[in-house]
Amino acid sequence: MSATGHALALHGLTKRYGSFTAVDDVSLRIERGQFLTLLGPSGSGKTTILMCIAGFVAPTAGAVLLDGRDITALPPEKRDFGMVFQGYALFPHMTVAENVAFPLRVRRMGAAERQEKVRAALDLVQLDRFADRLPRQLSGGQQQRVALARALVFDPALLLLDEPLSALDKKLRAELQEELKALHRRVGRTFVNVTHDQEEALSLSDRVAILNHGKLVQEGAPAALYEKPRTRFVADFLGKSNFLHGTVREAHPGGFAVMAGGTRVIQAIAPDAPRPAAGTPALLSLRPEKIALLGEAETAENAVDGRILSWSYLGAGFAINVATQDLGALRVTLPSWGAPFAPAEGMPVRLGWSATASVPVAEDAD
Amino acid sequence: MAAAAQRQTGWWLLILPAFLLMTAFYVAPILQVLAISFTEPQPGLQNYERLFTSESVQRVIGTTLRICLITTALALLLGYALAYRIALAEERVRRWWILAVLVPLWISVLVRAFAWVTLLRRQGLVNQALLETGVIAEPLQLVWNEFGIVVGMVHYMVPYAVLPMLASMREIDPRLLAAARGLGASRFTVFARVFLPLSAPGLIAAGVLVFIFSLGFYITPAILGGGKTLMVAEWIGLQILDLIRWGLGTMMATVLVVAILTTLAIFSRAVDLRRLFGSGA
Repeated sequence: MSATGHALALHGLTKRYGSFTAVDDVSLRIERGQFLTLLGPSGSGKTTILMCIAGFVAPTAGAVLLDGRDITALPPEKRDFGMVFQGYALFPHMTVAENVAFPLRVRRMGAAERQEKVRAALDLVQLDRFADRLPRQLSGGQQQRVALARALVFDPALLLLDEPLSALDKKLRAELQEELKALHRRVGRTFVNVTHDQEEALSLSDRVAILNHGKLVQEGAPAALYEKPRTRFVADFLGKSNFLHGTVREAHPGGFAVMAGGTRVIQAIAPDAPRPAAGTPALLSLRPEKIALLGEAETAENAVDGRILSWSYLGAGFAINVATQDLGALRVTLPSWGAPFAPAEGMPVRLGWSATASVPVAEDAD
Repeated sequence: MAAAAQRQTGWWLLILPAFLLMTAFYVAPILQVLAISFTEPQPGLQNYERLFTSESVQRVIGTTLRICLITTALALLLGYALAYRIALAEERVRRWWILAVLVPLWISVLVRAFAWVTLLRRQGLVNQALLETGVIAEPLQLVWNEFGIVVGMVHYMVPYAVLPMLASMREIDPRLLAAARGLGASRFTVFARVFLPLSAPGLIAAGVLVFIFSLGFYITPAILGGGKTLMVAEWIGLQILDLIRWGLGTMMATVLVVAILTTLAIFSRAVDLRRLFGSGA
């Protein structure tokens, strides 16, 4: 199958339920063949957006466009979108093959062609041997794959996925993430996924749109979002982060200094980025894995002394909470292989990080 | 294994008193009465011969079956529409609907039968309204015939049809209906290919319940049939109370019991009978 996906655009999409605004003026473009994930905590409006795209929810304002054509008023059955529902929604009274054949049957496709397509779709998800089973005779992962085959069999313009992996256990989830990604590459279609699992969003998507309280907070490639979060919410929701509060002392092209407690922290910024004015409050996000433990002779652009408050061993690494006088408790993660010492509670440590390790972020509007 | 079997026996002992009570005061007397069909007026099967020889016996059975089948079909049709509406309603609205379905159950069957008589008789509300609007020139014969009986019985039976069907419809995951539409099915196709097959167990259960219930109807046919259209129960009453023909009456009663048990036996293979008595799944 070639790259035959379609481009989707949302223009000022808004959905209100009485006085509650579930989706607030969201505009997004999803390019052909892209894998976009709508990521947000529960109640952030991500599922409502998906339901608006699918046609199950009519937006209060705004429009949904497919390749530039307004489809806002089109009923779901006329949109030709494949959808994998939360919990899969397989028809319990039909066999796997009948489930997959359903979208073809309602399109009145001839029996011979239908069988051919069903077989191809079941092959695609490696379930050809299970064609005659009922959904309840399959495992969760297999059911999920049937749902995928059913959603893809009729060559939909778009594949919508509503928390497709949330019902599976952790190991299976990782396995199916890989499969889903490979499937996306193979079929070359446009995928729109909804999840609250940030790891899933980062590993699957070409682009991620982060939502909070119905608003689109930030949107971009996973690495860009992780490395350059614009707000505190994004930095906190996508991965883990320490936050340093302080006041801007002085600014130069390419960086500024912040006084946080009694510690001076240097923050690098792009040369063309606007410089903050001295005396204004500043908030920096610092990822735990970007902090190093400094040895006796080592130095860093930023350094602070502290004591280990608590630590845990995570197999691949250590997660250490360090209490510092000026910056409060800082979370540090270190690879356990080659760690310079075994952490112990109360142990004095010196933390260091470069000026480019942290990112200035904005406080959230609400 | 032996211990498990012993524990099973222990549980059965708990219902033994109830079982003995039922046997002594319910099952035994019924069997005794039914046995009369083999002994009165003389020992033998001559009462059962009437099933094949007597035209009046055959007519009563035919009438009963016809009325029961029509009643079941109509009650299922109305009940299904009602249950569908209730199942898809919002929670708050649903409670009012269910109340509206249940209220008739709390009104005496006598009151309801006489209410239908006043509505349907020659000078009743229905005929007068039709006469005054000029739809008909002569009052219609709406009661004291099979039509009147069917009206009264359907009215009585609709709640019994709604409840098992509603239980089975509410087990249907609404996401299945959304999924079907998302996959390209029209509203009608969603109903025909997903909702209807998934609610079929409730439909069959309701059908069995209504049909069995209808077979033994006594008061409603007696009042709305006006003595002209006889159903089995009224006919049995007539034989035993008025004509003092115990043998013939109990023969028909035996046929009724056997018919009900046979129907149950057949459908117990098709549906989970526990559904009939309110225990879902």
